[in-house]
Amino acid sequence: MAAHDTDHAPGAHEGHGHDAGRGSLKDYVIGFVLAVILTAIPFWLVMGHVLPTPQMTAVAVMGLAVIQVIVHMIYFLHMNSRSEGGWTLLALMFTLILVVITLSGSLWVMHNLNTHMMPLDAHDMKQMP
Amino acid sequence: MASQAHALPTHLKAEADKDRFHMTEEHHPENGTLLGFWIYLMSDCLIFAVLFACYAVLGRSYAAGPSGADLFDLPLVAVNTGLLLFSSITYGFAMLSAQAGRKQPTLIWLAITGLFGAGFLSLELYEFAHLIHEGAGPQRSAFLSSFFVLVGTHGLHVTFGILWLITLMVQVGQRGLDAPMLRRLMCLSMFWHFLDVVWIGVFSFVYLLGAL
Repeated sequence: MAAHDTDHAPGAHEGHGHDAGRGSLKDYVIGFVLAVILTAIPFWLVMGHVLPTPQMTAVAVMGLAVIQVIVHMIYFLHMNSRSEGGWTLLALMFTLILVVITLSGSLWVMHNLNTHMMPLDAHDMKQMP
Repeated sequence: MASQAHALPTHLKAEADKDRFHMTEEHHPENGTLLGFWIYLMSDCLIFAVLFACYAVLGRSYAAGPSGADLFDLPLVAVNTGLLLFSSITYGFAMLSAQAGRKQPTLIWLAITGLFGAGFLSLELYEFAHLIHEGAGPQRSAFLSSFFVLVGTHGLHVTFGILWLITLMVQVGQRGLDAPMLRRLMCLSMFWHFLDVVWIGVFSFVYLLGAL
């Protein structure tokens, strides 16, 4: 399948001068292989109960997810500090700041509220509308 | 503003630069559409961030109903993840063919991408139907409400991505691979890879952590 792409892919850059947002076959293949590995490991960790505690598994799964997001950004979305004169990276960083505030803020506030709630058991839950 | 600064003679320009705080060299993005589309994706990212935050808060509120460990079928999720990952690389191949100006391979790779996307969507709809049939619909608990909204919003994005893909396939067939078509394909490429990035969060945070 890839054979007929290989001879054309390197030439795809020529004549455009600026290659922001354009990947090569090599980029896509490296990204794909890394993504498959980074997807397979967390599924294996959870389904095979490899690590001793669920907490360790959770940390490992989220860590691998962050790495995989970065792999996708670099190899599939072709992010770098030069594309569009750095504006895409700037927008991304701004968004990430907002995402971190939203996520950590929600968890913090709601956790705080939950710990101040009266305890409710399963029987009480069923009586609720 | 940059062009005005360029128009000034050198000594005047140096004079003017003293009181200026913006860049005088050309900082214009080379392709406004792609930057604009990227900013749209970032705002979409915020929508998903809010839904993830919602799930993070409500994801353990089972209301004495079933939990993620009871409901989630991980092999099915693994197949779904694989389908979306394959669709990402086949879209990459479509982009490479398009940039090389090869119309027929582009259309074939786009069609394969669409089929992977449709496969993903049908598995997800099967999962939803199965959950609702078991009595674990969105009205069952806060956990299931936030689950259906988050995963459903992603599925809705994939649905519109497929509609967009079909539209572009028709247009490529009619007009060939001219510059506007390449730009449109590039936008859908960003959208499609972005959906795969969001799915990484969904399968890790919702399915894998939920099944622990």
